[in-house]
Amino acid sequence: MMLVEKYLPLFVAIPLGGAFLISLLGWKKRGLPEWIGTLIPAGLFIYSLVTLWATTKHGIVVHHLGGWSPPVGILIGADGLTAFMLVIVHFVAACVALYATDYIKKYTSPWIFYVLFLIILAGMNGVLTTCDFFNLFVFMEIASLAACTLVAFGTERHELEAAFKYGVMNTMGALFILLGIALLYGYTSELNMADMANIIAAKGPGSKIVTMAGVFFLVGFGLKAALVPFHAWLPDAHPSAPAPISAILSGLIIKSLGIYALFRIFICVLGMTPLLSSIFLFMGALSMATGAIMAMGQTDFKRLLAYSSLSQVGYIVFGLALGTPLGILGGLFHLFNHSVGKSLLFLTAGSVEYATGTRKLNEMGGLSNKMPVTGTSSLAGAMSIGGIPPFGGFFSKLIIIFAAVQAGHIGYAIWAVGTGVLTLVYLMKAMKQAFRGALAERWQAVREVPMRMRLAMLILAFVCLTGGLLLIPQLKDLFLNQAAKVLIDGRMYSKIWGGF
Amino acid sequence: MKKIKEPGMSVIVKTVARLVARVMLLFGFYVVLHGQVTHGGGFAGGVVMALVFILIMLAYGKEGALRTFSRTGALTTAGIGLILLVAIAFTGYWRGHFFANFLGQGWPFEFWSAGVIPFLNIAIGLVVLGSLYGIFAALTHFHSEEEEKQ
Repeated sequence: MMLVEKYLPLFVAIPLGGAFLISLLGWKKRGLPEWIGTLIPAGLFIYSLVTLWATTKHGIVVHHLGGWSPPVGILIGADGLTAFMLVIVHFVAACVALYATDYIKKYTSPWIFYVLFLIILAGMNGVLTTCDFFNLFVFMEIASLAACTLVAFGTERHELEAAFKYGVMNTMGALFILLGIALLYGYTSELNMADMANIIAAKGPGSKIVTMAGVFFLVGFGLKAALVPFHAWLPDAHPSAPAPISAILSGLIIKSLGIYALFRIFICVLGMTPLLSSIFLFMGALSMATGAIMAMGQTDFKRLLAYSSLSQVGYIVFGLALGTPLGILGGLFHLFNHSVGKSLLFLTAGSVEYATGTRKLNEMGGLSNKMPVTGTSSLAGAMSIGGIPPFGGFFSKLIIIFAAVQAGHIGYAIWAVGTGVLTLVYLMKAMKQAFRGALAERWQAVREVPMRMRLAMLILAFVCLTGGLLLIPQLKDLFLNQAAKVLIDGRMYSKIWGGF
Repeated sequence: MKKIKEPGMSVIVKTVARLVARVMLLFGFYVVLHGQVTHGGGFAGGVVMALVFILIMLAYGKEGALRTFSRTGALTTAGIGLILLVAIAFTGYWRGHFFANFLGQGWPFEFWSAGVIPFLNIAIGLVVLGSLYGIFAALTHFHSEEEEKQ
């Protein structure tokens, strides 16, 4: 058995083990939570690169839990798409953990933060690597509950309110998903996603139960991904959490629990239909515009970024729903760029809050003079998300718009261009209000944030700047094409998974 | 003479709770240990054991129960259980797989019939005991306004 295959469960087990270790020892030993919390994502990032290499070589790696073969046993597996997501998750999580080591000192009991952070990481990795439908639900709930607790971490009034809203809405989503899983389990007598896909394909199209389950999944995962009719919780929850967690929530959680799960199930298990595709296209376009228009009027820095996430998720879903190879490539590439860029922006917003104590854009101004690193890296993130040429975000948006034109959706393409302009407008407005102009009297004593926070932001800003290099053919074959291939031939991959 | 208000419920409830508590704890432990041959297991037994301490809290009041089993104790119990669970799962690599059953299988319907399952059940029982009681103790964390005034 290959080593990567053998140690695949470590993606879930190590963060969980680390979290429990911190919960036992962390409140006594100073510094231990920070070390464990930073080293685990960093180590797993290296392992995720190894997994990526293994998936390019072998196509798919599968671990049989406890040595039991399916249909009795549960599988943990990784294909190109999983490895792609794992790399993104661990890269951003490692940067965020590094940033948090300094940032979290302003709160009491930082060890609780690290426990919940690692549990979120374990939950996301579980969702990404599992091949079992019910396990996917369980891991999703693990990550959601930990995230909900972290939204309330500051225990202020509005934070508790946001956490309650997040908890209720996400539980609703989870119940829809559970109902959908129950219906599909009744229909196929199987929980292994690959086997399920084979049985659904064998029974033929037109089943009302599968359609019903599809609607439930659309609502459930749509809630997790914050697609527009189901987005109400996001603008409250994401700004309320501590900055590192806002970065994780916006950069990773809505993508791995929402978009990844949505497209894994709709493309690889249920099978995409033209009707579904057009629904996703419409929801994506609606999300894009709604998020951008709502973001225009915001004065709270983090709330503006949260609405921006809504809009960018619309782009990703739009690209993936086009269904053409170019569209899927663009969607996945934009997922990468948005993960890095939006995490960076949330971290810089956190830095500003750390230094000045406010999130109101109209109270800031000229902060670049006092905080050059934060100002520069924030600009890099904004230019990447806004789509300015040398940055990664420009290329991914360009690909999505080209793909829309190629697929014959001229109207949607113009819509996407228009939203792109709006994106640039609100991000540059925020940058100008926060960092440019004259420095106000009250911010004369402001100092740049500590070293580790600066380092984390600079790493992310560097990746924002060089993200476009991933389109070089050799790197593209390794990273993006492997993931895109899974979504382009969804059925083919499920046949491989079921073929034991 | 003014009657001093004791925390908790009446004498009858306290006496019954005192008598029943140890038996319940024993039963909970039995359910955990025999998870592989009877109904129940780690979760069910853990719930029964947690209920013992919740019963003490209801009968004797918050202070009495927290003296028997503190919040830190609950956290530590859950943490030890979880570490045990992950450790057993890791030991499975000895036989090549995560979560592999590396102990002998024993004889069907006997106590020793499931390899590592009883140990996993004990771990889960500890987790459920600690976390369920911990959640209940956390819910009593805040005082009511009347208590604040006193």
